[in-house]
Amino acid sequence: MTISAIMFYGLGIIILAATALAITRRNPMHAIIYLIVSFFAMAPLFYLLGAPLLALLEIIIYAGAIMVLFIFIVMMLRIEVTPSTAGQWFRQWFPAVALSALSGLVMVILIWQEPSQQMVLPLAMASPREFGLFVFRRYWFAVEIASFLLFVALVGAYYLGRKGANPEGKP
Amino acid sequence: MIVPYSHILILASLLFLMGAACAVARRNLIMILVGVEVMLNAAALAFVAASLRWQHLDGQAFVIFIFAVAAAEVAVGLALIVRAQRSTSSVMADDYQQLKG
Repeated sequence: MTISAIMFYGLGIIILAATALAITRRNPMHAIIYLIVSFFAMAPLFYLLGAPLLALLEIIIYAGAIMVLFIFIVMMLRIEVTPSTAGQWFRQWFPAVALSALSGLVMVILIWQEPSQQMVLPLAMASPREFGLFVFRRYWFAVEIASFLLFVALVGAYYLGRKGANPEGKP
Repeated sequence: MIVPYSHILILASLLFLMGAACAVARRNLIMILVGVEVMLNAAALAFVAASLRWQHLDGQAFVIFIFAVAAAEVAVGLALIVRAQRSTSSVMADDYQQLKG
Protein backbone atom coordinates (compact mmCIF):
# COMPACT_ATOMS: atom_id res chain seq x y z
CA MET A 1 0.00 0.00 0.00
CA THR A 2 1.51 3.26 -1.10
CA ILE A 3 1.42 6.53 0.79
CA SER A 4 -1.32 7.93 -1.47
CA ALA A 5 -3.50 4.87 -0.84
CA ILE A 6 -3.10 5.35 2.91
CA MET A 7 -4.02 9.01 2.48
CA PHE A 8 -7.07 8.07 0.41
CA TYR A 9 -8.42 5.63 2.98
CA GLY A 10 -7.72 8.01 5.86
CA LEU A 11 -9.50 10.88 4.11
CA GLY A 12 -12.36 8.57 3.17
CA ILE A 13 -12.86 7.56 6.80
CA ILE A 14 -12.79 11.21 7.88
CA ILE A 15 -15.33 12.18 5.20
CA LEU A 16 -17.73 9.35 5.99
CA ALA A 17 -17.52 9.88 9.76
CA ALA A 18 -17.97 13.66 9.52
CA THR A 19 -20.91 13.31 7.13
CA ALA A 20 -22.54 10.65 9.29
CA LEU A 21 -22.22 12.95 12.30
CA ALA A 22 -23.48 15.92 10.27
CA ILE A 23 -26.69 14.30 9.07
CA THR A 24 -27.66 13.03 12.51
CA ARG A 25 -27.10 16.17 14.61
CA ARG A 26 -30.25 17.79 15.97
CA ASN A 27 -28.68 21.22 16.15
CA PRO A 28 -28.23 22.61 12.58
CA MET A 29 -25.16 24.59 13.63
CA HIS A 30 -23.30 21.44 14.75
CA ALA A 31 -24.34 19.72 11.54
CA ILE A 32 -22.92 22.53 9.43
CA ILE A 33 -19.61 22.53 11.32
CA TYR A 34 -19.27 18.77 10.77
CA LEU A 35 -20.09 19.28 7.10
CA ILE A 36 -17.29 21.84 6.84
CA VAL A 37 -14.92 19.21 8.26
CA SER A 38 -16.15 16.79 5.60
CA PHE A 39 -15.55 19.32 2.81
CA PHE A 40 -12.11 20.15 4.14
CA ALA A 41 -11.24 16.44 3.95
CA MET A 42 -12.72 16.26 0.45
CA ALA A 43 -10.35 18.95 -0.86
CA PRO A 44 -7.11 16.91 -0.41
CA LEU A 45 -8.95 13.96 -1.94
CA PHE A 46 -9.55 16.03 -5.08
CA TYR A 47 -5.89 17.00 -5.04
CA LEU A 48 -4.93 13.34 -4.75
CA LEU A 49 -7.13 12.53 -7.74
CA GLY A 50 -5.32 15.10 -9.86
CA ALA A 51 -7.54 18.19 -9.61
CA PRO A 52 -5.66 20.90 -7.70
CA LEU A 53 -7.87 23.74 -8.95
CA LEU A 54 -11.01 21.90 -7.87
CA ALA A 55 -9.44 21.21 -4.47
CA LEU A 56 -9.00 24.94 -3.99
CA LEU A 57 -12.50 25.70 -5.28
CA GLU A 58 -13.92 23.10 -2.89
CA ILE A 59 -12.49 25.03 0.03
CA ILE A 60 -13.23 28.50 -1.35
CA ILE A 61 -16.75 27.88 -2.67
CA TYR A 62 -18.09 24.99 -0.60
CA ALA A 63 -16.43 25.36 2.79
CA GLY A 64 -15.98 29.10 2.42
CA ALA A 65 -19.00 30.57 0.67
CA ILE A 66 -21.85 28.07 0.82
CA MET A 67 -21.34 26.90 4.38
CA VAL A 68 -20.88 30.48 5.63
CA LEU A 69 -24.22 31.30 3.98
CA PHE A 70 -25.77 28.39 5.90
CA ILE A 71 -24.26 29.64 9.15
CA PHE A 72 -25.58 33.16 8.49
CA ILE A 73 -29.10 31.85 7.95
CA VAL A 74 -29.00 29.54 10.99
CA MET A 75 -27.85 32.43 13.17
CA MET A 76 -30.40 34.79 11.62
CA LEU A 77 -33.39 32.51 12.10
CA ARG A 78 -32.54 31.49 15.67
CA ILE A 79 -33.81 27.94 15.32
CA GLU A 80 -34.85 26.25 18.53
CA VAL A 81 -33.83 22.61 18.85
CA THR A 82 -36.87 20.51 19.57
CA PRO A 83 -36.33 17.21 21.38
CA SER A 84 -37.77 14.26 19.49
CA THR A 85 -39.55 11.23 20.83
CA ALA A 86 -38.17 7.77 20.14
CA GLY A 87 -41.16 6.63 18.08
CA GLN A 88 -41.01 9.67 15.83
CA TRP A 89 -37.28 9.24 15.32
CA PHE A 90 -37.75 5.59 14.39
CA ARG A 91 -40.62 6.37 12.03
CA GLN A 92 -38.55 8.96 10.20
CA TRP A 93 -35.19 7.28 10.00
CA PHE A 94 -36.12 3.64 9.56
CA PRO A 95 -37.52 3.87 5.99
CA ALA A 96 -34.75 6.22 4.87
CA VAL A 97 -31.95 4.07 6.29
CA ALA A 98 -33.49 0.82 5.09
CA LEU A 99 -33.97 2.05 1.53
CA SER A 100 -30.52 3.67 1.44
CA ALA A 101 -28.88 0.49 2.72
CA LEU A 102 -30.71 -1.55 0.09
CA SER A 103 -29.72 0.66 -2.81
CA GLY A 104 -26.21 0.97 -1.37
CA LEU A 105 -25.91 -2.81 -1.33
CA VAL A 106 -27.07 -3.05 -4.96
CA MET A 107 -24.65 -0.28 -5.97
CA VAL A 108 -21.68 -1.91 -4.22
CA ILE A 109 -22.46 -5.28 -5.85
CA LEU A 110 -22.76 -3.64 -9.28
CA ILE A 111 -19.50 -1.74 -8.85
CA TRP A 112 -17.71 -4.81 -7.55
CA GLN A 113 -18.82 -7.06 -10.40
CA GLU A 114 -17.26 -4.93 -13.12
CA PRO A 115 -13.76 -6.40 -13.58
CA SER A 116 -12.31 -3.39 -15.39
CA GLN A 117 -13.09 -1.19 -12.36
CA GLN A 118 -10.44 -3.01 -10.32
CA MET A 119 -7.74 -1.25 -12.30
CA VAL A 120 -5.54 0.79 -9.99
CA LEU A 121 -5.62 4.44 -11.00
CA PRO A 122 -2.39 6.14 -12.00
CA LEU A 123 -1.21 9.33 -10.39
CA ALA A 124 -1.81 12.28 -12.68
CA MET A 125 -2.21 16.00 -12.26
CA ALA A 126 -4.05 18.50 -14.43
CA SER A 127 -2.44 21.88 -13.91
CA PRO A 128 -4.85 24.76 -13.29
CA ARG A 129 -3.64 26.49 -16.45
CA GLU A 130 -4.27 23.47 -18.62
CA PHE A 131 -7.65 22.90 -17.00
CA GLY A 132 -8.73 26.55 -17.38
CA LEU A 133 -7.77 26.58 -21.03
CA PHE A 134 -9.72 23.36 -21.56
CA VAL A 135 -12.86 24.70 -19.88
CA PHE A 136 -12.86 28.00 -21.72
CA ARG A 137 -12.10 26.46 -25.12
CA ARG A 138 -14.41 23.49 -24.93
CA TYR A 139 -17.18 24.61 -22.60
CA TRP A 140 -17.32 28.40 -23.06
CA PHE A 141 -21.04 28.29 -23.74
CA ALA A 142 -21.73 26.26 -20.58
CA VAL A 143 -19.67 28.78 -18.60
CA GLU A 144 -21.89 31.56 -19.96
CA ILE A 145 -25.00 29.61 -18.98
CA ALA A 146 -23.58 29.00 -15.49
CA SER A 147 -22.92 32.72 -15.06
CA PHE A 148 -26.46 33.48 -16.23
CA LEU A 149 -27.79 30.89 -13.75
CA LEU A 150 -25.88 32.57 -10.93
CA PHE A 151 -27.31 35.93 -11.98
CA VAL A 152 -30.86 34.54 -11.98
CA ALA A 153 -30.24 33.01 -8.56
CA LEU A 154 -29.01 36.38 -7.29
CA VAL A 155 -32.11 38.17 -8.55
CA GLY A 156 -34.37 35.42 -7.21
CA ALA A 157 -32.77 35.45 -3.77
CA TYR A 158 -33.11 39.22 -3.62
CA TYR A 159 -36.73 39.09 -4.73
CA LEU A 160 -37.65 36.42 -2.17
CA GLY A 161 -35.81 38.03 0.69
CA ARG A 162 -36.58 41.70 0.20
CA LYS A 163 -37.80 43.62 3.18
CA GLY A 164 -41.15 44.79 1.93
CA ALA A 165 -42.24 41.28 1.03
CA ASN A 166 -45.63 40.51 2.53
CA PRO A 167 -45.96 36.74 2.84
CA GLU A 168 -49.73 36.92 3.41
CA GLY A 169 -50.76 39.06 0.46
CA LYS A 170 -49.54 39.42 -3.06
CA PRO A 171 -45.77 39.36 -3.56
CA MET B 1 -0.53 4.59 -8.04
CA ILE B 2 -3.50 5.21 -5.77
CA VAL B 3 -6.48 2.95 -5.27
CA PRO B 4 -8.83 1.01 -7.55
CA TYR B 5 -11.53 3.03 -9.26
CA SER B 6 -14.21 0.91 -7.58
CA HIS B 7 -13.14 2.04 -4.10
CA ILE B 8 -13.63 5.70 -5.04
CA LEU B 9 -17.00 4.91 -6.60
CA ILE B 10 -18.07 3.07 -3.45
CA LEU B 11 -17.02 6.03 -1.29
CA ALA B 12 -18.99 8.38 -3.55
CA SER B 13 -22.08 6.17 -3.53
CA LEU B 14 -22.02 5.81 0.27
CA LEU B 15 -21.73 9.58 0.58
CA PHE B 16 -24.58 10.09 -1.89
CA LEU B 17 -26.85 7.68 -0.01
CA MET B 18 -26.05 9.41 3.28
CA GLY B 19 -27.13 12.71 1.72
CA ALA B 20 -30.27 11.13 0.29
CA ALA B 21 -31.18 9.62 3.67
CA CYS B 22 -30.64 13.00 5.31
CA ALA B 23 -32.83 14.79 2.75
CA VAL B 24 -35.58 12.20 3.16
CA ALA B 25 -35.57 11.68 6.91
CA ARG B 26 -34.96 15.12 8.36
CA ARG B 27 -37.81 17.58 8.82
CA ASN B 28 -35.76 20.72 9.33
CA LEU B 29 -35.61 22.54 5.99
CA ILE B 30 -31.98 23.56 6.56
CA MET B 31 -31.01 19.92 7.11
CA ILE B 32 -32.79 18.96 3.90
CA LEU B 33 -30.62 21.47 2.03
CA VAL B 34 -27.55 20.04 3.81
CA GLY B 35 -28.50 16.61 2.49
CA VAL B 36 -28.73 17.99 -1.05
CA GLU B 37 -25.27 19.54 -0.62
CA VAL B 38 -23.81 16.19 0.46
CA MET B 39 -25.36 14.54 -2.60
CA LEU B 40 -23.91 17.16 -4.96
CA ASN B 41 -20.50 16.75 -3.36
CA ALA B 42 -20.63 12.98 -3.81
CA ALA B 43 -21.46 13.46 -7.49
CA ALA B 44 -18.49 15.81 -7.80
CA LEU B 45 -16.21 13.15 -6.29
CA ALA B 46 -17.45 10.56 -8.79
CA PHE B 47 -16.84 13.00 -11.66
CA VAL B 48 -13.27 13.74 -10.55
CA ALA B 49 -12.52 10.03 -10.19
CA ALA B 50 -13.92 9.33 -13.66
CA SER B 51 -11.80 12.15 -15.03
CA LEU B 52 -8.71 10.44 -13.65
CA ARG B 53 -9.84 6.99 -14.76
CA TRP B 54 -10.22 7.96 -18.43
CA GLN B 55 -7.46 10.60 -18.38
CA HIS B 56 -9.84 13.20 -19.70
CA LEU B 57 -10.59 16.68 -18.37
CA ASP B 58 -14.32 16.62 -19.11
CA GLY B 59 -15.15 15.23 -15.69
CA GLN B 60 -13.33 18.04 -13.93
CA ALA B 61 -15.09 20.61 -16.13
CA PHE B 62 -18.44 19.22 -15.03
CA VAL B 63 -17.45 19.64 -11.38
CA ILE B 64 -17.09 23.40 -11.99
CA PHE B 65 -20.70 23.46 -13.20
CA ILE B 66 -21.79 21.35 -10.21
CA PHE B 67 -20.23 23.99 -7.96
CA ALA B 68 -22.08 26.77 -9.81
CA VAL B 69 -25.40 24.91 -9.57
CA ALA B 70 -24.82 24.19 -5.87
CA ALA B 71 -24.15 27.86 -5.14
CA ALA B 72 -27.26 29.00 -7.04
CA GLU B 73 -29.42 26.32 -5.42
CA VAL B 74 -28.27 27.24 -1.91
CA ALA B 75 -28.86 30.96 -2.48
CA VAL B 76 -32.42 30.47 -3.72
CA GLY B 77 -33.18 27.69 -1.23
CA LEU B 78 -32.07 29.69 1.78
CA ALA B 79 -34.01 32.73 0.55
CA LEU B 80 -37.11 30.54 0.31
CA ILE B 81 -36.50 29.21 3.83
CA VAL B 82 -36.19 32.75 5.20
CA ARG B 83 -39.43 33.74 3.49
CA ALA B 84 -41.27 30.64 4.70
CA GLN B 85 -39.97 31.22 8.21
CA ARG B 86 -41.34 34.76 8.11
CA SER B 87 -44.83 33.62 7.22
CA THR B 88 -45.11 30.56 9.50
CA SER B 89 -42.30 31.26 12.02
CA SER B 90 -41.07 27.69 11.71
CA VAL B 91 -38.48 25.85 9.64
CA MET B 92 -40.01 22.41 10.09
CA ALA B 93 -41.44 20.90 6.92
CA ASP B 94 -44.43 19.54 8.86
CA ASP B 95 -45.67 23.02 9.66
CA TYR B 96 -46.31 23.99 6.06
CA GLN B 97 -49.76 22.50 5.75
CA GLN B 98 -51.95 25.31 4.53
CA LEU B 99 -52.64 26.24 0.96
CA LYS B 100 -53.54 29.87 0.60
CA GLY B 101 -53.38 31.87 -2.59
